[in-house]
Amino acid sequence: MRSPAATLGRWAIHIAIWGLGIAYLVPLVVVVLNSLRSAEEITQTSMIGWPHIWEFSNYIQVWSTYCIAQTCSGIRPYMLNSAAVTIPATLISTLLGAVAGYAISLWRFKGDRWIFGLVTAGVFLPEQMRLIPWTIVLRDLGMTNTIAGLVMIHTIQGLSFTTLFCRNYYMAIPADLMKAAHIDGAGFFRIFWRIVLPLSPPILIVTVIWQFTHIWNEFLYGVTFTTGQQQPVTAALIALSAAVADVPQHGLQSAAVVVAALPPLLVYLFGGRYFVRGLTAGAVK
Amino acid sequence: MAGLRRVPEFLVIWVPLLIASGQIVVFTAWTTWLSFTPSTLMPTDGFVGLRNYTSVLATRNWKIAFDNLLIFGSGFVVLTMLTGLVLAVLIDQRIRGENVLRSIFLYPLAVSFVVTGTVWSWLLNPGMGIQKLVNDLGWSGFRFDWLVDRDMAIWTIVVAGIWQSSGFAMALFLAGLRSVEADLIKAAQIDGAGPWRLYTRVILPTLWPIMIAVLVILLQTAIRTFDLVRALTGGGPGIATQLPSLVVYDFMFQRGQLGRGAAAAVLLLLTLLAVLLPYAIWKRVQARRAANA
Repeated sequence: MRSPAATLGRWAIHIAIWGLGIAYLVPLVVVVLNSLRSAEEITQTSMIGWPHIWEFSNYIQVWSTYCIAQTCSGIRPYMLNSAAVTIPATLISTLLGAVAGYAISLWRFKGDRWIFGLVTAGVFLPEQMRLIPWTIVLRDLGMTNTIAGLVMIHTIQGLSFTTLFCRNYYMAIPADLMKAAHIDGAGFFRIFWRIVLPLSPPILIVTVIWQFTHIWNEFLYGVTFTTGQQQPVTAALIALSAAVADVPQHGLQSAAVVVAALPPLLVYLFGGRYFVRGLTAGAVK
Repeated sequence: MAGLRRVPEFLVIWVPLLIASGQIVVFTAWTTWLSFTPSTLMPTDGFVGLRNYTSVLATRNWKIAFDNLLIFGSGFVVLTMLTGLVLAVLIDQRIRGENVLRSIFLYPLAVSFVVTGTVWSWLLNPGMGIQKLVNDLGWSGFRFDWLVDRDMAIWTIVVAGIWQSSGFAMALFLAGLRSVEADLIKAAQIDGAGPWRLYTRVILPTLWPIMIAVLVILLQTAIRTFDLVRALTGGGPGIATQLPSLVVYDFMFQRGQLGRGAAAAVLLLLTLLAVLLPYAIWKRVQARRAANA
């Protein structure tokens, strides 16, 4: 039996934590509700309110016909740009990072610690230090203002994270297992394929989720290296809010925000456990 | 045969690693070199010594940006850690619906800073956000206009930053709380320690290595913050919420002063190193101590 004071205490704790939980949901709820309200309704009341008339057409308009910076094709091309950047860059950087992490952790070679130290320094090197070099490299390769240019940048820079994640994970594979396979005559790729890869799904999921959310949400490179119709959706959102500053269109803008945030939110919803593991793996290093 | 099989190995292992590590070295050296040249719209040769640095440091823009970084950095880091700690301790009390709550506190991390900034710019806008709502509900004198107040605008970025990052602090703290040995807690309870003493004297002191890790990560997030400001205040009103990362961008791509932009980028890197190097050294000492023990 609990004392009345203890019961009261547990009630208080529950109310406090659930109250905070609801508060954290407010921005999401507000933006979703607004995405279903008309511009007049929002202007007359405030950004925070329940839709009187459900304007589902906001989504249709913002997806395919809404004008962003003089181009009236909605948010769709920018979403496709983001997908065309994010999906290849995520897959390539994860695959290369897995092989690199495997090579560094299980096949010691000369200078491996140096290389690993340098690659992981990339996790901390600010983007601002790379803006001018990337601008010049893109120009010299003829990749200025292209999706392929962004894929290249995110793949190369993503290697810092993917190599780090995979290397730390593979360090736990017992050396005896490797030795036995090596004595049996298995080579570098055979061991990777037969022994390491079957052990890898957890870390590969963590890495893919990490890369996907980070590249999708990235803004600085997108806005610096692409313009107009080539921009990823994060840059388009900023262009859109600049464009509607004169005539407020908050319903449509909210719909655009919801659409742009949806892919990483879905990834989080379905891979939450692995998402959190990525956060802690990156932190506790 | 053996020679042939080495070729793809070499390509797959070494080429990506060399490009990734080479890029970091070369780009850092490149930008640093540019910061000593008289480059304006295009990179140009020549050596001007520290002139770019002195002129960047002398601009009002940079001074305000750096002051803002100190305010934002300390406010954001301290309050995010505090919020994360409160959330973690509350969730640690065997709460109903723990998994749902954890997902709620962590979802902002999956959203881009651009989205966070945009949404909070609406909520904090006095003309249509929280202030308008409270005014419409009848409390017409209610004021919450930090977004348009030069002195307070930097705190709107702190608020949005806490909302986005406190779940991260919570997740790490909670993992730490859960790994405190049960014997330790039991011994303290037998000694008659109440919940407050149990936390402040026994449990939280075991968390400090995690606290330092979280502190460093949040600090480096603060130093690199760019998107959030861009979407929330655009650096305004005026230049009241300018941060060093925005000044770099401004010099490089708005004013066409690559040399000065590069100098500002190097200053940003040095600020970051001032946080990261002591941490790296401390980690090494810890590791050596653990190896000797």
